[in-house]
Amino acid sequence: MLIRLLLHLLLLAGLSPLLIGVITRTKAIIAGRQGAPLWQPYRDLWKLFRKEMVLSSTTTWVFRAGPVVGIVVPILAALLIPFGAIGAPVSFGGDLVLFVYLFGLSRFFTVLAALDTGSSFEGMGAAREATFSCLAEPTLFVAFIVLARISGSFTLETMFNTLLVGNSQSVYGVSLILTAICLFIILLAENCRIPFDDPNTHLELTMIHEVMVLDHSGPDLGLILYGAAMKLMVMATLVVNFIMPPATGSLLVDAGLYVAALLALAVGVGLVESSMARLRLIKVPQLLIGTSLLSFFALVLLLR
Amino acid sequence: MTPIFPADINGMLLTLAIFLTGGLLCLLAGPRARLAHLLGAASAAIASAIGFASALPALSAATPQHMTLALPAAGIGLTLTLDPLAAFFLLPVFLLTFCGALYAIDYLHFPARGWRAGLHWFFFNTLGASMAVVVLAANALVFMLAWELMSLSSFFLVTHDYQEEKVRQAGWLYLVATHLGAAFLFFLFFEASRVAGSLDFASFAALRALPIDSVLLLFFAALIGFGAKAGLFPMHVWLPDAHPAAPSHVSAIMSGVMIKTAIYGLLRMLTFLPPLPAWVGIAVALLGITGALFGIAMAATQTDIKRSLAYSTVENIGLIFLGFGLWLFCLATGHPTAALLALLGALLHIWNHSLFKGLLFLGAGALVHATGNRELSAMGGLLRRMPLTGSLLFFGAAAISALPPLNGFISEWLLYLSLFQTGQEAAAGAAFLFMLLAILLALVGGMVMLVMTRLLGVALQGEPRSQAAATAHESSPLLLAAMAIPAGFCLLVGIAPQMPIGLINGPLIALVSPGCAGIDAALLPPFGPTWSLAMLTALLLLVAVVALRIWRGRHANRLATWGCGYPNPNTRMAYTGGSYSQLAQDTVFCSCVLPVAASTRGAAFFPSPASFSQERLDPVLLRWFLPLFHKLAEQAYAFRRLQAGQLNIYVLYIFTTTILLLGWSIMTP
Repeated sequence: MLIRLLLHLLLLAGLSPLLIGVITRTKAIIAGRQGAPLWQPYRDLWKLFRKEMVLSSTTTWVFRAGPVVGIVVPILAALLIPFGAIGAPVSFGGDLVLFVYLFGLSRFFTVLAALDTGSSFEGMGAAREATFSCLAEPTLFVAFIVLARISGSFTLETMFNTLLVGNSQSVYGVSLILTAICLFIILLAENCRIPFDDPNTHLELTMIHEVMVLDHSGPDLGLILYGAAMKLMVMATLVVNFIMPPATGSLLVDAGLYVAALLALAVGVGLVESSMARLRLIKVPQLLIGTSLLSFFALVLLLR
Repeated sequence: MTPIFPADINGMLLTLAIFLTGGLLCLLAGPRARLAHLLGAASAAIASAIGFASALPALSAATPQHMTLALPAAGIGLTLTLDPLAAFFLLPVFLLTFCGALYAIDYLHFPARGWRAGLHWFFFNTLGASMAVVVLAANALVFMLAWELMSLSSFFLVTHDYQEEKVRQAGWLYLVATHLGAAFLFFLFFEASRVAGSLDFASFAALRALPIDSVLLLFFAALIGFGAKAGLFPMHVWLPDAHPAAPSHVSAIMSGVMIKTAIYGLLRMLTFLPPLPAWVGIAVALLGITGALFGIAMAATQTDIKRSLAYSTVENIGLIFLGFGLWLFCLATGHPTAALLALLGALLHIWNHSLFKGLLFLGAGALVHATGNRELSAMGGLLRRMPLTGSLLFFGAAAISALPPLNGFISEWLLYLSLFQTGQEAAAGAAFLFMLLAILLALVGGMVMLVMTRLLGVALQGEPRSQAAATAHESSPLLLAAMAIPAGFCLLVGIAPQMPIGLINGPLIALVSPGCAGIDAALLPPFGPTWSLAMLTALLLLVAVVALRIWRGRHANRLATWGCGYPNPNTRMAYTGGSYSQLAQDTVFCSCVLPVAASTRGAAFFPSPASFSQERLDPVLLRWFLPLFHKLAEQAYAFRRLQAGQLNIYVLYIFTTTILLLGWSIMTP
């Protein structure tokens, strides 16, 4: 279990900024540019952690607590899910609810850290984030219920391990495909990707996640970026676990396959981001509700 | 563990005696307001402390304690029973009464001479005593007497600030609603005692032999009667007006424990009735989730901080009834493990809600006390002016949003697990329904976070929006101590949930749900010492890291908020409560929960007079109850013709009635 714990933490800490770099590079190549190097996010984090910080006089301890919670929560959540065929270090009955509510905890603190500044921009981002997450969280629950129904257990490790065994794909194929698509859309929604939000700009048109961090600077901003990268990796793991092959016996090969799948998914996210524009804000709830209904349909297919 | 007091009903008697004598002494203290104030608070606090200590061992005692005070000459008797179910509800009653009494010492301001202090504390002590007697009563007459006393004393406490028109209206609405509910309870107890033969609860076991139609009649009378007091949708209409109008410690007690005594009554009736059919469980669960969705949607649009919290109470009561509905359904369809999970979740949520709602109301009261009004738009920046109060409010908001590792998360976790478990075990049609309920529960949870972040963000954070908020002062140590007690319990229940679950999972479960065996440990998360240690370590590490970061950044440059380059931010630009929930209002809510607004705007080219008005009453009250009452009133006006206003007609009525009565007495042997 200790090896799994160390492997989880190493992969999470080491690989997450690379995913951001791959997505950015893919978008740049599709746009016809050279693009930043793949390890630019690492250099950004290194720069930010050494920078001086400027704080707003309106803010309180909540503003400082937001980034800390934002990085601790993905680490804890990553311990609950298996990375491909590498088992989860911590698992117990009912941990899927803890997984979802851990992200609720990070959202609570991020939103309040944004409201702490008293600026209308951050308030706007906070309002949008709080509203859209109401609609995104049920979809995550439905996806987990589908897996729980297939595997017969409410432990995340068992739920995903049943997919690795290989038989369930043929029997429940359609439900699983729909669930994976819904999880991919939730990945885009929760991690500030087009079509929900544009991670490159801070304009009013594209403000949900990027705008909530406007007043953070220096190491706090570094923690936020790192936490966001880790959250992307955790949610990407949820999608990637649907297509992983069973354990090959060698931990290194399993890890390698998992990393390759993650990078492929990052390229996929980059492709999706390049191929569409950001949605109008009033269409975002419609898409989220549509995703909920799609995942619900996947559940109904199971129940017949 | 040797209890401080024996698990003895005598402890309860002592508590009641102190409550009642304290209340009377306050009245006798007369116009010396300061003396009455301190005396009343002291008697309430001491009585609650003794009561709490006596009730705690009774929760795990297998044999109930009885006590009868009989006056054969007058033909009446006072019968009390202290069993695990009563002890379960007595613990939050005494805890919040203690905290409320402590809080009110510094919160309430009385003129130096006058009867208001004495009256207030008289009614406060009476409320505490009557709540205890409602829960302890073993006789329908005692129960209804205590129920009425509870309603009346809380009415007088709600109308403490009777100079304001809105407070009087709220009190009137509360009085009418509580007596309409009591009417159903009178019917219930009359019917039950008619069948059982006596008013004693011990004889109500005869109700188990009733046919299903009578059982359903009794159950629905109990549901409406107790639901009206508990704030179950759609009978919650008095709650959003009464709880803000009352002083904050009274709001905390009403919202935290008084409505739970109604849930006690319902549970007690369920122990007398035979098992109910499955559709009853589904109906209760659907009513619960509807109330939860309605309550939280309304809470998101209120500008009054206490009204928002009152609607949040409606939501939590809906969740408790969702758990109960699930329990009834699983009992009826033969899934004892899921039933027990649901019951455990609902019972734990009763405790959790009294803890964090009590904390939230006391905290909101501190904010109201500091700024002088309840409007969110007049607060702002209070976390910097009142750091301790604000941090405690943060804690309460995190607890109610069901965030790990606090207590709200534990009870919602159990509710989710019970819904999932029922979905796994039930047939396809019912499984679909319970999966849908789980998803709606997730939606409710997301919206609770929206409401709570709105409250905290607008009231506590940013810049002060009014002069009163800019000059607010930190709460006094007594107010903080009164808030810290429920906060400490929230943390305790969250970090060590095996303790309350262990207390509930004993004789209480056996009493309420005799069909269920012990809970299957494999289904529960692994609550235990390891869990507590892990949670505590994680929490302490988090606090340590945040403190370290704050300390390391203490020399950082402090400038005005950058906000993407705005040079002069001011509070007029900041997000208000209305703007925060506007997106949710436009996209997520259906039109039935939106406030009814009327506006006229001229369509001419030049500016013309325009008007806008918004109805502030609860939509259910406005659209269902008020039209219904107007119709009934119109029918009743027809009887006005009997009141002719002339003495001759009235003498004719008396004469006719006398002749009829004489004729009837002659004809009947």
